[in-house]
Amino acid sequence: MTPRLFSLLKDAALTAFVAAALGLFIVGFRTVDVGSTKGLAFDYELVDLAVAVVAIFVGRLGLSFASDGQRWPALVLGAVLGAVGAAPVRLPSTFLHWFVGLAGLLVIGRSLWPSAERAFGQARQSPQGRKLGVVGARWLAWVLLAAAVILPITPLADQKTMDLGVLILTYVMLGWGLNIVVGLAGLLDLGYVAFYAVGAYSYALLSTQWGLGFWAVLPLAGAFAATFGLVLGFPVLRLRGDYLAIVTLGFGEIIRLVLINWVDLTNGPAGIGGIPGPTLFGAVFAENAPPGQKTFAEMMGVPFDGTQRLIFLYYIILGLALITNLFALRLRRLPVGRAWEALREDEIACRALGINPTNTKLTAFAIGAMLAGFAGSFFAAKQRFVSPESFVFIESAIILAIVVLGGMGSQIGVVLAAVLLIGLPEWFRELGTYRMLAFGLAMVLIMIFRPRGLIAHRAPSLRLHEKPSGGGG
Amino acid sequence: MAYFSQQLINAITLGAVYGLIAIGYTMVYGIIGMINFAHGEIFMIGAFISLIGFIICGLLGIGSAPVAILLVLLMAMAFTAVYGWAVERVAYRPLRGSFRLAPLISAIGMSISLQNYVQLTQGARPKPGGQIVSGGYNLFSADGFDVRVTWLQIIIVVVTVVLMAGFTWVISRTPLGRQQRACEQDMKMAALLGVNVDRTISLTFVMGATLAAVAGMLFLMYYGVIDFFIGFLAGIKAFTAAVLGGIGSLPGAMLGGLLIGLIEVFWAGYFSSEYKDVAVFGILVLVLIFRPTGLLGKPEIEKV
Repeated sequence: MTPRLFSLLKDAALTAFVAAALGLFIVGFRTVDVGSTKGLAFDYELVDLAVAVVAIFVGRLGLSFASDGQRWPALVLGAVLGAVGAAPVRLPSTFLHWFVGLAGLLVIGRSLWPSAERAFGQARQSPQGRKLGVVGARWLAWVLLAAAVILPITPLADQKTMDLGVLILTYVMLGWGLNIVVGLAGLLDLGYVAFYAVGAYSYALLSTQWGLGFWAVLPLAGAFAATFGLVLGFPVLRLRGDYLAIVTLGFGEIIRLVLINWVDLTNGPAGIGGIPGPTLFGAVFAENAPPGQKTFAEMMGVPFDGTQRLIFLYYIILGLALITNLFALRLRRLPVGRAWEALREDEIACRALGINPTNTKLTAFAIGAMLAGFAGSFFAAKQRFVSPESFVFIESAIILAIVVLGGMGSQIGVVLAAVLLIGLPEWFRELGTYRMLAFGLAMVLIMIFRPRGLIAHRAPSLRLHEKPSGGGG
Repeated sequence: MAYFSQQLINAITLGAVYGLIAIGYTMVYGIIGMINFAHGEIFMIGAFISLIGFIICGLLGIGSAPVAILLVLLMAMAFTAVYGWAVERVAYRPLRGSFRLAPLISAIGMSISLQNYVQLTQGARPKPGGQIVSGGYNLFSADGFDVRVTWLQIIIVVVTVVLMAGFTWVISRTPLGRQQRACEQDMKMAALLGVNVDRTISLTFVMGATLAAVAGMLFLMYYGVIDFFIGFLAGIKAFTAAVLGGIGSLPGAMLGGLLIGLIEVFWAGYFSSEYKDVAVFGILVLVLIFRPTGLLGKPEIEKV
């Protein structure tokens, strides 16, 4: 046995030992209720733990081989794990099958990664690859846009797809809004969902209490949310990055607690129901119109269909999201947008150049809040029901994860990330709680392996010595 | 008067628990300048390990409360420390030298995964911990109201004070503490002078996790019920305590914990218990606006 192999084995054994120590109590002893009076008892899951620890030992060994460049031993170990995971041998639980199998896939992937990366790099360097990259970068956004626009008139547009489309686009819009705050201005906002809640409750209250319509409330909701952004932002934006994160998190929680406890206004945890949906030139999307109004089906003279409403909602959110995108892109070219990016890079230098950091940050914060307000009032109109349940911290974390995964500041990255993080888990609903576990781990892994996100490249917002093109720009 | 004294006793107990968690935040922030967002989850895991430990003690027939508490305390400290170490090793160490927000985002991810990990393995329902120590001592009666301090409250305060004293000694008198303070001042220089920076940071996380485990056990004994979500709120409040006291300062964390306990209990006792958390967050915002360095903190000079 060579000393190298010995040290690898030792490393794997240590990892397995730590894993065993981590899992011993939390995994090994599962507390279960026995009756209402007699406290708790254990389900012993020590066998599961042992299997997992062995898998971790083998997996770690495989990963070490792979990073050592010894591909064959790594592949063999990965194949063994994968085979055990996929085989119908009786492991104690289905989860363990997945765990072992995925560990095998990980090892195989890791050992093939260097060659894959090399091949990919070569392909990208080749003339065709370069051309493809340029064309892809230019057209990807337009292709996606075209696909999004024609999706509802294709045969794919059933109830489920449209629901998912609306959901993804909502998150795309929120991601683009937060991107202004986090990606451009570099302010870590962990309470973004608070502004979303303000928008949603604005519409819910104004429509059910005062009978205002969606289109009248939409700008109002944005204005309310922006006002909240200003009021909250003014005192806290002088703080440094991570303090700001915690304070915004605190504000998010305050808003939620107020929504829960101010029962007279918000109806507390029970929420507000019976919110009217958006109308199209006064036509409602329902089978039977309320007195004095027409349904969309009557107006157009077509038979009523449940998906009409969804398709309508889909186009509304698509429009809102595109407006957000356009807005963000234009803002980046304005002086204030450049000031945001400069501020993100170096606050002291900005101050020396006469940029007022507080005001500049405040504009970013308020604009981000306004966009969240729009999205919120759309959310209320879509769900026809709002309750504080929808505005918990995890929503903020998801939106932030979309921005971060997409590559902060990249618009197209947000779209890809929203499809990945919202679309995929929706399709795999059965995964249940594993979904959030994987979600959290993904956030960690992305930060470790691709800290700049999926689309790491950002077009520079300003070039020196650009060749004159018409009236500048 | 009697009501006030009772509230004061309760507040000090709660403040001691917050203070223990806050130390973990403050030490980590002091040494690597990041908010260990997953620290609340470490506290929650400490509480769960303690719960399991108490049940095991029950199964083994250890009847004497002091022995059980001591055993569970050591067990929870040891095994939670592994979590603290592992979290640092997996989620933060690879990110040292990455861009500013990366460790914080990674910490949020870690916090979400730890929460769901415990939810998956232990179930989502609240777990009753049973009563390990009961009884107390009536201090005095006034206005027909007994002012009472329970044995448990005494245990909590004594454990906290002893640990605080111990840790202050470690930081100020031992070689490890000297290395920690050196890393806090200048990590690169400390490394040049032969301090093993990685090891020192790991040990800081381990120490923080140990104290969080104690806090978790005390929380379990005090409230009697835990679930996988307790780390979130307790974590934010403890962080508030750390900021209030002046982040990076050990006595500050303890003082901040006490103040947060006082604010929370008195707000709930005299105004409304629904808005006690709002009051705590409000305090956090006020402190950051008017005294961003906290009560006992040193002003931070931003270097170019």
